[in-house]
Amino acid sequence: MNKLFLKLMLLQLLFVPLAAIAAGAAAPGVAGAAGTLINLDHAPDKSHDQAALQNGARLFTKYCLTCHSASFMRYNRLRDIGFTEQQIKEELMFATDKIGDPMKVAMRKADAQRWFGLVPPDHSVTVRARTSALGPGEDWIYTYLRSFYRDPTRPSGWNNLVFQNVAMHHVLWEFQGEQVLEDPLSKTYKLRLAIPGKLTPAEYDNLVADLVAYLKYMSEPSAGLRKELGVYVLIALFVLLAFAIVLKPGSVKLARRP
Amino acid sequence: MATVNTRLGGLIAWIDERTPLTTTWKSATRLAGYYAPKNVTFWYFFGTLAIVVLISQLVTGIFLTMHYKPDASLNESGVPLAFASVEYIMRDVPWGWLIRYLHSTGASALLILVYLHMFRSVLYSSYIKPRELTWLLGMTIFIGLAAQTFVGYLMPWGQLSFWAAQVIVNAFSQIPFFGPDFTLWLRGDYVIGDATLNRFFSFHVIAFPALLLWLLFQHIPHTVKDIRIFLGFLTVCVAIVFYLPEMGGYFLEYNNFTQANPLQTPQHIAPLWYFTSYYSILRAITYPLFGIDAKLWGVLGMLAAMVIFALLPWLDKSRGMSFRQKGPIFKVALAIFVVSFVTLSYLGTVPTDPLRLLLAQICTAIYFAFFLLMPIYSRMDNPRGDAGRSTR
Repeated sequence: MNKLFLKLMLLQLLFVPLAAIAAGAAAPGVAGAAGTLINLDHAPDKSHDQAALQNGARLFTKYCLTCHSASFMRYNRLRDIGFTEQQIKEELMFATDKIGDPMKVAMRKADAQRWFGLVPPDHSVTVRARTSALGPGEDWIYTYLRSFYRDPTRPSGWNNLVFQNVAMHHVLWEFQGEQVLEDPLSKTYKLRLAIPGKLTPAEYDNLVADLVAYLKYMSEPSAGLRKELGVYVLIALFVLLAFAIVLKPGSVKLARRP
Repeated sequence: MATVNTRLGGLIAWIDERTPLTTTWKSATRLAGYYAPKNVTFWYFFGTLAIVVLISQLVTGIFLTMHYKPDASLNESGVPLAFASVEYIMRDVPWGWLIRYLHSTGASALLILVYLHMFRSVLYSSYIKPRELTWLLGMTIFIGLAAQTFVGYLMPWGQLSFWAAQVIVNAFSQIPFFGPDFTLWLRGDYVIGDATLNRFFSFHVIAFPALLLWLLFQHIPHTVKDIRIFLGFLTVCVAIVFYLPEMGGYFLEYNNFTQANPLQTPQHIAPLWYFTSYYSILRAITYPLFGIDAKLWGVLGMLAAMVIFALLPWLDKSRGMSFRQKGPIFKVALAIFVVSFVTLSYLGTVPTDPLRLLLAQICTAIYFAFFLLMPIYSRMDNPRGDAGRSTR
């Protein structure tokens, strides 16, 4: 009798995706701010590649940290990804001399407002915040940093396919070179490398991937420990559960007091 | 062991001589002597599991309160202190990330368990005479829990915390006469701000938990214990905490990792998954009726959708006590209701468009029809012959 009941419940669950599909059928393709159709490129997973994370940290402190703070991230936490204290002090700390300090910028907010029209956002948790219907946050940043193009109508001279009319200019341009819209009049939104940079496109992609891997690490520094520890906790629970099932400590008992 | 028991007995006797401990326990709570159903099944475990999760929420909450700052003012990096203190817990507090994830996952787990617990009650008509009061107390707990999670969701002070609070609090202002004054008191300001965060914090850590615990003591008739079910449930929760703490944006919304910004409305505002069915109903009601604004009908619909469960003891006329004794009409009605509830929940998480709006309106109609037509269709069923067997 109970089986029949379970079957009914399962049958009922079958209807749920149907209803969801009916609702989802109306979902349009996700369009960008200016009508561009964005397909995010997949950022390579480098979360276990310590050299890549370290390279990303160097890139971040050198190129991003001048404008973007990471005010939740302390310098000494970088020991997580294999830096020694001395390395952190010598290679990564430009704005402070205390290793326990968070990554802040020296630029004053009023100046930033005057120069860019807004204060550049803090990047401590950007990867998590950028996750959307388009895809994971790391994919968004990976695509964004590779989608800058020359646009003479913008004050900075740069525009971006992923983030139309962004205030930021292409900080890494000397590595990538200068891209332009293949055909500014058509709506294809394809980019062409007009002036090559110091790196080949493949090398540049790899550099951005390192930076994105670091940003992802920084958005949740405890994620590595969390996943590592989870295995042991789950194994312990499975063992306990196995004992509980095998030893059958009585069937259902009601805790009823006399 | 025997000596420990004797000593414990001696201690209780010692206390009983001086204060009415045992008699209070027996008279004030029904844990002591209440008739439990003899046909306990899998569905009966959710209430007990919910208590376990509630205790976990209280304990993790104590530790979060030690480090959290209910302060909307900006720090020197331009980040609100409340938002920054949550990230501080995630990074600088030893094991803070674990405590925070346990608390955020626990909130969703608690609501899942409470919904399943309520579903059980409908399956087995657990609310019919003489258990109406237990059911009403349970409903009060459900509303209290909804209020508790609503105020709790403001704590991280992210974009969705802020804007979800904005939408729901503004909805209350549609209630005639006392609505505007009530929302002003609720916010403590003309906009959601520091005053709101502070009073919501006060509600979240003392007022509602105290109320919920007191109600819970009145509500619990008995607990069921089975280590296997408990461990199985814990394993699932732990897997989520360690591997899917955001649960794809359903337990922790991604846009809530952006600090609250009163000047920038997000394109898409939605509450967390456990309120999205009611939120869908709020959005689905778009017709003005009897000279009353559609907005007010929406708010009334949303509130009614939560409260209407309380009427079940008087709506359910089915003569079968357990699910298998019930006739096919009741079973089908319940199945359709569950599908429309899940559909509404899903629709509340996505932006709306004409087709989705229509679907939400149909599901809203089904939602209320399930309750309002229950006296009719539950009477139509012919129960199986062994009706009432479980009470004998």
